[in-house]
Amino acid sequence: MSQPTLNQYETVKFSRIYSLGAARGDLTVTNDDIAGPIDSSDEWIRQRTGIITRRRASKDLSLMDMAVSASNEAIQKAGIEPSEIGAVIFSTITHPYQTPSAATLLADKIGANPAPAYDISAACAGYCYGIAQADALVRSGVAKYVLVVGGEKLSDFIDPTDRTISFLLGDGAGAAIVGPSDTPGISPSVWGSDGSHWDAVGMDASLLEFRDGEHKWPTLRQEGLTVFKWAVWEMVKVAREALEVAGVKAEDLAAIVTHQANIRIIDELAKQLEVPENVVVARDIVHTGNTSAASIPLAMHALLESGEVKSGGLALEIGFGAGLAFGAQVVVLP
Amino acid sequence: MALSQSEVLAGLAEIVNDETGIAADAVQLDKSFTDDLDIDSISMMTIVVNAEDKFGVKIPDEEVKNLVTVGDAVNFITNAQ
Repeated sequence: MSQPTLNQYETVKFSRIYSLGAARGDLTVTNDDIAGPIDSSDEWIRQRTGIITRRRASKDLSLMDMAVSASNEAIQKAGIEPSEIGAVIFSTITHPYQTPSAATLLADKIGANPAPAYDISAACAGYCYGIAQADALVRSGVAKYVLVVGGEKLSDFIDPTDRTISFLLGDGAGAAIVGPSDTPGISPSVWGSDGSHWDAVGMDASLLEFRDGEHKWPTLRQEGLTVFKWAVWEMVKVAREALEVAGVKAEDLAAIVTHQANIRIIDELAKQLEVPENVVVARDIVHTGNTSAASIPLAMHALLESGEVKSGGLALEIGFGAGLAFGAQVVVLP
Repeated sequence: MALSQSEVLAGLAEIVNDETGIAADAVQLDKSFTDDLDIDSISMMTIVVNAEDKFGVKIPDEEVKNLVTVGDAVNFITNAQ
């Protein structure tokens, strides 16, 4: 008796981002609101970070609430049914349970149950990691539509007296639907990590140290100058490589949407990349703050909503942060 | 060939001018980057990276905090060449 031939997934040639959704924290927090405990001022914070206000979520607005809201918007704008979603990828570092994942609950809440669902922990690179995975899942035929969410409630993991990173941080969630396309919509990704700088940014203690009374509640910290140096001069190389593998030049872009880490990083990256003036550089950080995995979809959503960029244009998106992890790709704006 | 101290100073002054707009002739050996020239830590890091590039030296991140004055930076670069 002959052995039957296995079925395998039938591949799809191209993928694209169909739509985006966004949700920001419900509170607008000014620099004056947070300057006291770090002995700082509105002027000092603006000069060093570009942030005028950041959005944070009140106690009653959870990470999941923001993720559901952003996801529902993306699903509705994509014109698909939640039941058609073949995978849910949730990038977050602030889901307050080690397990189960945030993604399975999100999938259930938005009507995508029983889609496979999992979290990824790549911090500020997480959204680009998610898009890289969604692109692969769609083109390999594993899933028709993939929901990618980058969401954080960073305000649960900050120390008001910390001068290294806490004052930058905000809360929000951004969502994207990725699906099949007749034309190329997502370039090859340039993604990677450098664990030799594992200590440069991240939590200041483990949960075990907290449990054993050896450390207060763990919060985020960074070696700002080390991270700044890496985020500009190493990420310029990654951005250039992403453009090269995409087959485009900086002047072909409608926008550059970097992780919204700090305006000084964003501006220096744009300067090093020699971005022409007609290319829009996303600066959502000014009124949203640094929302880690959420920052790229939030910034891209804002550019589309304001009309600064139009659907169909090309955008370079590049995320970088704790790990150190990085990811970049060029996408066609939804 | 290694550059002299005055050549390093001139090159560094150019970098500082490019990053901050401070006149190159205001960048003198006895000036403190923070107290006299009002250069913040992020601009300092940009200056450091550009100096590494220009002079072909490596300035470790942990060394940057020791470069208090322009003279400290010029001496470090001159010796590291």
